[in-house]
Amino acid sequence: MSIAIPRRRVIPGFGLTMGFTLLYLGLVFLIPVGAFLLYTTTMSWEQFWNAVTHRQVVASYKLSFGASLIGATINLVFGALVAWVLVRYRFPGKRIVDALVDLPFALPTAVAGIALVTLYATTGWVGQYLEIFGIRVAYTQLGVVVALTYIGLPFVVRTVQPVLEDLEAELEEASASLGADRLTTVRRVILPALLPALLTGYALAFARALGEYGSVVFISGNLPFRTEITPLLIVARAEQYDYHGAAAIGTVMLVAAFLMLLLINGLQWWTSRRHG
Amino acid sequence: MSTSSTVIETNDTLAKRWRRATEEPAWLRLVLIGIALTFLALFLVLPLTVVLYGAFERGLSVWYDAIRDPDAMASIRLTLLIVVIVVPLNTLFGIAAAWAIAKFEFRGKPFLISLIDMPFAISPVVVGLIFVILFGSQGWLGPWLSSHDLRIIFAVPGIVIVIAFGTLPFIARELIPLMQQQGKEEEEASLTLGANGWKTFWHVTLPNIKWGLIYGIILCNARAMGEFGAVAVVSGRIRGETNTMPLHIEVLYNEYMFTAAFAVSSLLTALALVTIAIKSAVEWYDEHRQRLAAA
Repeated sequence: MSIAIPRRRVIPGFGLTMGFTLLYLGLVFLIPVGAFLLYTTTMSWEQFWNAVTHRQVVASYKLSFGASLIGATINLVFGALVAWVLVRYRFPGKRIVDALVDLPFALPTAVAGIALVTLYATTGWVGQYLEIFGIRVAYTQLGVVVALTYIGLPFVVRTVQPVLEDLEAELEEASASLGADRLTTVRRVILPALLPALLTGYALAFARALGEYGSVVFISGNLPFRTEITPLLIVARAEQYDYHGAAAIGTVMLVAAFLMLLLINGLQWWTSRRHG
Repeated sequence: MSTSSTVIETNDTLAKRWRRATEEPAWLRLVLIGIALTFLALFLVLPLTVVLYGAFERGLSVWYDAIRDPDAMASIRLTLLIVVIVVPLNTLFGIAAAWAIAKFEFRGKPFLISLIDMPFAISPVVVGLIFVILFGSQGWLGPWLSSHDLRIIFAVPGIVIVIAFGTLPFIARELIPLMQQQGKEEEEASLTLGANGWKTFWHVTLPNIKWGLIYGIILCNARAMGEFGAVAVVSGRIRGETNTMPLHIEVLYNEYMFTAAFAVSSLLTALALVTIAIKSAVEWYDEHRQRLAAA
C-alpha cells in the first residue's frame, strides 16, 4: 500500500490530458449532438411521427435495412473465408492481398461510388456480361447491395483474423485424434471459437452499411420508393430546408447507430472474455 | 550421422501424415484460395483498376489538364487546407486521450472509450445535419451568426468541423490499445530518474508509439481528404470555394466529365494505397520486432 500510493502520483499530466480530451470531445461531439437531440424535441410528437413514417421514408428504411443485412451476410461468409485463407494457407502475393483488404476503409466513398457504377453499368466491364443473363446491377436495389458489400468488406476479415491466429492448434489436434473428421472439427471446434468475432464483424459491417452514403448514391440512381436509401432522404430534406423532417429521420438513424454500438460493445466484451 | 538423418526423416514423414488430420486436402485448399481471391478481385481489384484506367485512358496530358483545371486545383487546395487544420487537432486529441486512458485509472473509463468510438458509428450524413441544425440559417445559432455576418454552413468552417467530427476517433483508436499494452513502467522509470513529464513523453513514450501514431495520422489524413457524406450536407457545393476533392469528383461525374472525375479520383486513390502500404509496413515492423525480441 505504501508503494501503491506514490506510484500513482509519479506520472503527471492527468489533469491536462483529461481536460483537453473532455473539452475537445465536448466542443466537437457532445454539445453538437446534444443540440441536435434538443432540436428534435422542439417538434410536436405528431410532426415527428409523420416525418419518420412518411411512405417514402418507410420504403427507404426497408431498403437500407434489407440491403445492409444482405451485404453484411455476404461479408460474413466471404469475410470468414478470406480470413481463413489469409491465416491458414500460403500463396504468392499473400501480403499484398492482406493489405488490400483495408482498401474500402481507406478509399474515399465517392471514388468507390463512381468506380462501382462504372463497372456495373450495362456498358461496364462487369455489367455487360451480367446483362447477357438479364441481371442489372446499376440503378437497381442490387446495386445498393453491391455498394454496401464493398463498404463492409474489411470488418469481418479484420475481426476474425486475430482470433483465428490465436486459436490453439491443440484443440483441433485433440478433435482429430478423437476421431472427428475435418468438417466436424471445423463445425464443432473452430466455428464456436470464432462465433463472437464473426458476430462482431457482422454487426460492424451492418452498422457501417446502414449509415453509408457516398458509395451508394452513384450506383443506386436514387429512384423514389425503389432505390432511395435513408441517408439520401436526410440529404434531400436538408437541401429543401426541411430541417425538422431531416432531424426526425436523423434521430431515427442516430438511435439505430447507438443501439448497434451497444450491441457491438456487448459482442466485443463477449469475445474478450472468451479469449482473455 | 546416417541414423540421425533417418530419424529426422521418419519424424518428418510422420509429422506430415499426422498433420493431415488438421489440414484440408490440397485440392480443397486451392478451391478455397480461388474463391477468396475471386471475391477480392471482384470487389477490391476491379474498382481500383477501373479508377486508374479511367484516369489514364486518354493519356497523361489529358490527366494532367484535368488536374490543372482551376476548379480542380481549388478543390485540392481547399482539401489540403482542411487537413492542415483537422489532422493536427485530432492528433493532439488522440495523444491526450490515449495518455489519460492508458496511464491512469479512473471511473467510467470504458464509457469514455466507447464515447470516443461513437463518431465513427454515426452516419456521415447525420454528422453534417447535426452542424446544419446548430449553425444553419434556420438552426440554433443561425440568426445570431447572420446578424454578426458570420458564415459557418456553406463555408469552410462548417466543412472543417464536420471533418474533425468524422475523423475524431482514428488516431485515438490506434494509440489507446498500443499505450495500454505498453504499460507505464518505462515512464515511471524515466520520471523516477528525474526527467520531467514533457521530457519523458518526448524521449520515452513517443519513440514507443511512433509507428502507431504515424499510421493513425496517415489514416486520419486519408479519411479527412475523402470525407463525402458529411461535407455534402454542409458545403453548399460552391464551385472553386466550398467544393472539396470528393465533392468536385461528384460534380464532374454528374456533368459526364468521366475522365476528369477519374483523374481527380486517381489522386485520392494513390493516397489510399499509400495509407494501406504504410499500415502493412507498420505491422511487418511490429512482427519483425516481436520475432527479434522472442529470439
